Amino acid sequence: MRLREHAARLAILVVVAAAGLIPLAAWLRTPLVHARMAESGGWGPDVLHARAGKPLLVRLTSDDVVHGFAVGLSDAPAVDVLPGKVSQTWLEFDQPGTYTFYCTRWCGPNHWRMRGTIEVEGVKTEGTATVSPPLFQVLGIDLDQPHPAATTPAVVPDPQRGAQVAAEVAPPPTLSLDAYRSHSPADVWRTWRADASLSGLTDAALWDLVAYTYNSQLASADRDDAARLFAANCAACHGERGDGQGVFAEALVQSEPDSGADSSMGHSADATRPADFTDSEAMLGASPALLHGKILRGGMGSGMPMWGAILTDAQIWKLVNLLYTFQFDGESGP
Amino acid sequence: MKPRSIVLSTRGMSLLKKRGWQVALTTVMLAGLVFTAVAGWIGTPIGSRNFAIAFVWIGWFAALIIFLIPFIGRGWCSICPIPTVGDWVQRGNVLNPQGSRPRGLGLRVPAIFRNMWTQNAAFALLALFSAAILTSPRVTSVTLASMVFLAIGLSLVFERRAFCRYVCPMGGFVGLYSQVAPIELRVTSLERCAACQTKACYNGSANGYGCPWGVFPASLTRNNFCGLCLECLRTCPNKNITLRTRPFAADLAMPSTRPDEAFKSLIMLGSAMVYAAVLLGPWSAFKNAAFSIGSLAWITYAGVFLMLVLGLLPGSLWLVGRLSQRFTPGVEGTRTNPSARAQSPFAVFATPLVPLGLAFWVAFSLTFFLTNGSYVLSSISDPLGLGWNLIGTAGVTWQPMLAGAIAPLQTAILVGGFIWAARVARRVTTQVRLPSTPLIGFLFLPTVAMLWLLI
Repeated sequence: MRLREHAARLAILVVVAAAGLIPLAAWLRTPLVHARMAESGGWGPDVLHARAGKPLLVRLTSDDVVHGFAVGLSDAPAVDVLPGKVSQTWLEFDQPGTYTFYCTRWCGPNHWRMRGTIEVEGVKTEGTATVSPPLFQVLGIDLDQPHPAATTPAVVPDPQRGAQVAAEVAPPPTLSLDAYRSHSPADVWRTWRADASLSGLTDAALWDLVAYTYNSQLASADRDDAARLFAANCAACHGERGDGQGVFAEALVQSEPDSGADSSMGHSADATRPADFTDSEAMLGASPALLHGKILRGGMGSGMPMWGAILTDAQIWKLVNLLYTFQFDGESGP
Repeated sequence: MKPRSIVLSTRGMSLLKKRGWQVALTTVMLAGLVFTAVAGWIGTPIGSRNFAIAFVWIGWFAALIIFLIPFIGRGWCSICPIPTVGDWVQRGNVLNPQGSRPRGLGLRVPAIFRNMWTQNAAFALLALFSAAILTSPRVTSVTLASMVFLAIGLSLVFERRAFCRYVCPMGGFVGLYSQVAPIELRVTSLERCAACQTKACYNGSANGYGCPWGVFPASLTRNNFCGLCLECLRTCPNKNITLRTRPFAADLAMPSTRPDEAFKSLIMLGSAMVYAAVLLGPWSAFKNAAFSIGSLAWITYAGVFLMLVLGLLPGSLWLVGRLSQRFTPGVEGTRTNPSARAQSPFAVFATPLVPLGLAFWVAFSLTFFLTNGSYVLSSISDPLGLGWNLIGTAGVTWQPMLAGAIAPLQTAILVGGFIWAARVARRVTTQVRLPSTPLIGFLFLPTVAMLWLLI
């Protein structure tokens, strides 16, 4: 009788312990990257480890809403991370270093804070490209200081009228790529205003010419790509029309009780309000190098995230070129 | 229908008397409970994808309400894993009562707690937090684990199953509606019980434990407090106890006069309505309030809920009883029976709330299951949210079942429940010589409200 009792106890212990330990062991042996809204902790873990040249399997699940997973500076497509489901993707890195992964879905007001890093170990291979300093550093631009335009147009400049003006002026003024990137539209307007060969143009016509020149920097082949990048990464805060009224804008402002009401490119104490690209004083005073730097480095204390680890240099320049269209394309934007 | 023994063969009865199958089944349930608690804790926090939520609250709960309670009453209690560990610890044995060394203090539950008020409070408390419990896997996990540990603790302090009998919120719920089940455990001859010297069914013997529910089987007239643990089948030296079929709702022929049971019925009725509003209704503000535990909105929600189940419904029923008495000649207090008027038929009037409440819960659970049942399939295939596909159903997407049939089914259940309750109301009011119309009118209002809520 005692034997039966002991056997029963043992059997119960084994069955019940197995019911608890088997799932626990399975859970421990199946590492998942959990995606949560930034307010709930963001990625967990937020640091992954890999070795250069060795594939890394990343298994992802969302603990709340739909997220997306992508690695910055990479061509690999983003992976949707669905609530309660497991998605997976293979990653492989040629070079050691620190890579950034991020959320690609507008998951919440602090969506852009959903970032993590992948520490890739290994030996650097020959022929690794050297990194040159960003243009804003070369030009000594202080990103954190306001750069308002000394002069602004009385009416919204029209690049189409500017194209007609360019056709009528002989020879039309030109702007090298370096000059374009290092000068704001207001700088260019002032330079051209001082040019005797353009003295016959009215102020408004000269602004149209500047608008045409800046808009021309965005090649039509790049326009869709730039618009897609803006929609995916910028519009949530800056708004689809670039007016700083994105769906998360109010939430960002409300999360910072000291916020004021100004929305001019982070020039005021209102650090958390997304920049308004339709603000002519701020945008016409901003050089492409300044905008490039802002995107590359981020706002340093403002709500603007750092995109340098996510977007390639070419992608950032496309975005910069696109931003001027909010000034020069009127209501329509990109 | 004349009651007859459900287990006809001697072999079947002797099988029922063996403890091994019950211990084995309970162990499986206990393993399931442990798995559920672990899955709730470590699995995905997405309720619809977590086994603890999908299987327990969508699958098991629907099965309990729709099939188990109406057809086998407290059958679930006979294999419920929650009190099992406490039982084993208290008895010091799992299989054979012989040689067991009971542990714990073995105290009697104080008289003040020997009623359903604690269960009522426990269910109301659970209902207040139900939005979180039913949707958050970790809260479900903690709730289940807490119930197990509370049962163990009470087993170590008090004799028998104090947890099941006086505390378990689900036990009160199951017990109340088990009165309609067409199955009962009863003695076959009261005389034989009276003559029995050992009362082994209550005191225990070498063949089994004394009734864990503290019930003397000869006194059983209703299913409420019989947990179908079958110990009395094993201990009765006279083979005087049997499990048999009977007509549905036979227990309701003898209306309860206990206010704690009446309140239980009212709490259950009101809870079904609130659950339907919160979990199936379109009112996001109400839903948000139920989920925002601790907020002002939640406090308001809790106030409304408590006011409904402890104030409005009982108050209305009491008033209906009083008015029925007042306007019925012959039941006013008389010189010979001055206390007649003082006795409110409140508890008796709550009797028809049993079939009506059950219909409410069946209608609610059926809708809940048909709407969300697809989650059960996906959660079974990937119970921990680790990307498994054990039975090939992990990818099943949310898809309501029999969507077109839900409204007619609900209507049929609620109208059927009302008709059933009205018949019970007529019977009980006849017994206390009061008119049935006011009570049927009272039953009609929540039925209409529930129809409106669900349809």
